[in-house]
Amino acid sequence: MKYTLVALMENKPGVLSRVAGLFRRRNYNIESLSVGHSETPNISRMTIVLHGDDRVVQQVVKQLAKLINVTEVLDVSSQPAVFRELALIKVKAGPGVRSEIIELANIFRARVVDVGAASLTVEITGPETRVNSLIGLLNPYGIDELARTGRVAMVREMNDNSGQAAYL
Amino acid sequence: MRLTGAQIVWESLVREGVETVFGISGGAVIHLYHALPDYPIHHVLTRHEQGAAHAADGYARATGRVGVCIATSGPGATNLVTGLATAYMDSSPVVAFTGQVATGVIGTDAFQEVDITAITLPVTKHNYLVTDVRELPTVIKEAFHIAGTGRPGPVLIDIAKDVQAAETDYVYPEGVYLPGYTLPEEDASEQIRQAAQMLNEAQRPVVIAGHGVVLAGVEDELLEFAEKSGIPIVTTLLGIGAMPETHQLCLGMTGMHGEACTNLALTEADLVVSLGSRFDDRITGPVGQFAPQARIIHVDIDPAEIDKNVPADLAVVGDLRDVLPALIPEIEKRDHPEWLARIQEWRDETAKRDIVGKETDDLLPQFVMRQIWHATQGDVIVVSDVGQNQMWEAQYFVHHRRRGLLSSGGLGTMGFALPAAIGAQLGCPDEQVWVTVGDGGFQMNIQELATVAQEKLPLKIAVLNNGYLGMVRQWQQLFFEARYSGTPLLGPDFAQVAKAYGITGLTVREKEQVGPAIAQAMDTDGPVLIDFCIVQEENVYPMVAPGAPVHDMIRRPDAADEQG
Repeated sequence: MKYTLVALMENKPGVLSRVAGLFRRRNYNIESLSVGHSETPNISRMTIVLHGDDRVVQQVVKQLAKLINVTEVLDVSSQPAVFRELALIKVKAGPGVRSEIIELANIFRARVVDVGAASLTVEITGPETRVNSLIGLLNPYGIDELARTGRVAMVREMNDNSGQAAYL
Repeated sequence: MRLTGAQIVWESLVREGVETVFGISGGAVIHLYHALPDYPIHHVLTRHEQGAAHAADGYARATGRVGVCIATSGPGATNLVTGLATAYMDSSPVVAFTGQVATGVIGTDAFQEVDITAITLPVTKHNYLVTDVRELPTVIKEAFHIAGTGRPGPVLIDIAKDVQAAETDYVYPEGVYLPGYTLPEEDASEQIRQAAQMLNEAQRPVVIAGHGVVLAGVEDELLEFAEKSGIPIVTTLLGIGAMPETHQLCLGMTGMHGEACTNLALTEADLVVSLGSRFDDRITGPVGQFAPQARIIHVDIDPAEIDKNVPADLAVVGDLRDVLPALIPEIEKRDHPEWLARIQEWRDETAKRDIVGKETDDLLPQFVMRQIWHATQGDVIVVSDVGQNQMWEAQYFVHHRRRGLLSSGGLGTMGFALPAAIGAQLGCPDEQVWVTVGDGGFQMNIQELATVAQEKLPLKIAVLNNGYLGMVRQWQQLFFEARYSGTPLLGPDFAQVAKAYGITGLTVREKEQVGPAIAQAMDTDGPVLIDFCIVQEENVYPMVAPGAPVHDMIRRPDAADEQG
């Protein structure tokens, strides 16, 4: 099963290698890892997607929490959360297919961010499933380059009364 | 106060109460050593940085205080790695200082440059690279805090050479700010209450006492717990000394070469309580077949140990210094007569196989260990090495005192004993310290005899010399068609080697020489090495074959059968 963890860590040299080294050393199966600044200065936020079972994930959480530079670890897998990924897709686009590709991109609410003589670069943001779908549809045209950020996650705020998340 | 980085290191060590450090100088720590004579710190020059790391570790294990070692950059730093890994696996508090090339050339593959923080990342609790002298006091304060609190472990501080020379205003922090480092603070009283209930209901309970009991210093509480609950205690290798082995309720060491009764008791137990042990594979065998009838209570200060190897029915995350005093009032006074009688049957059966009473002229290692115990009455610190000698020591030396056995458990580092004993002796100058070591492991750090001589340390070194890497040979004999590949070992005349260092050296080839040689060693003020030329192909029994469940032991042939 796939799990999503969010970890907050001090933004210091070497912290990323501590985390990455931990995954390799403990033989954890990581699918993606995305890191950037958080709302707090000097604290980075990492979203980790991994495969495993409950026991493995609990181990990952506890081992991550043991790292001195990691200040907080959350397992958001079973919480209502927004999951997003960004991808840049450079797809072969000769004159004959260019409009088809733009149309596909529009359907996916993706944007064309670069147009060249032989290719288009499409930017898509969304849940991985949507990113995967677009990639699947663009594949037949020939994808020259693909860059994905990996998943970022944020827990939704619960509505006051219903206890239900407002899914947007 | 305006100090250089080098002065800051020593000044901070003094404030941390450090009196002894172990190390070797070099180009990248030359500033550090230049400042050293101005401070009331005893520097012990080892002959290899691995020796310095083990000595700091041995010092820590013997005293409970943080051990300190120092090495230069590059090869000096990499030589520490085995010692740090040894300390890490056994949760021993060590702070290691290494020199690094100057900040301006870091990353250029400068002479003797190595990325030691990257290399030691998996074998330290935490580490630091200091490139700004203003950070140094805080880093040192944090390092000692991290090394010595919670589940202890080694911390490395890598200091660039120019940082050691740079000056700053020195203020040593009062406390630390480490938002990512928390000690167990959740109230475990509900779990403790549940644990007490499970203990009170159990019919065949067993407690595994691990290194955590020793690290927490709760030997008295464990004894009180055992005597009130009537529960038999088995120990891990590093748990030896957590409970006096002379006590009826202490069954001895468990695991691959543990007392047969301990493995059988765990197999039949309906409740297993681990206090500060991590269910190492040498204790459990295949986890699926470990303690098959038992519910498991796992008490540990490190939450990551819970459910790591053996899933727990009840987890108590906390410091044994808090947990045991809270648990004892909750448990009922019990005797467990039937359960203890069953265990006694197993003990009696094991006693029949005891090889020490056997009529033989052979010089058996078990006999040597038993004689050392008899002569010392167990009132000494023993530092054992790794392999057959380690298991014979654990089996035939009866440990009744706390911190009376120091050994490399988790990493199983051959070569540990001699340098670790140097640290132990310096930490406990009034104790007699014995080194028990095989001829293989001894040659891995034999250079530290020079340190023993230079420091005039009265170590008593018992070399169990069988001309083999004995434990591997035993495995080859039992599981690899007795092909002794890479295990026969030609050693020097160890007594002559000792003499060359100015250390008294004795050679014992006959059984009747054992007692007198031990007595002579104990009567000699300075260090003594005894080379015991034991029978070559003696095995350690019982033995749980690798991959077998722990009740399935290879037993020593019954001594009575053998004679009959």
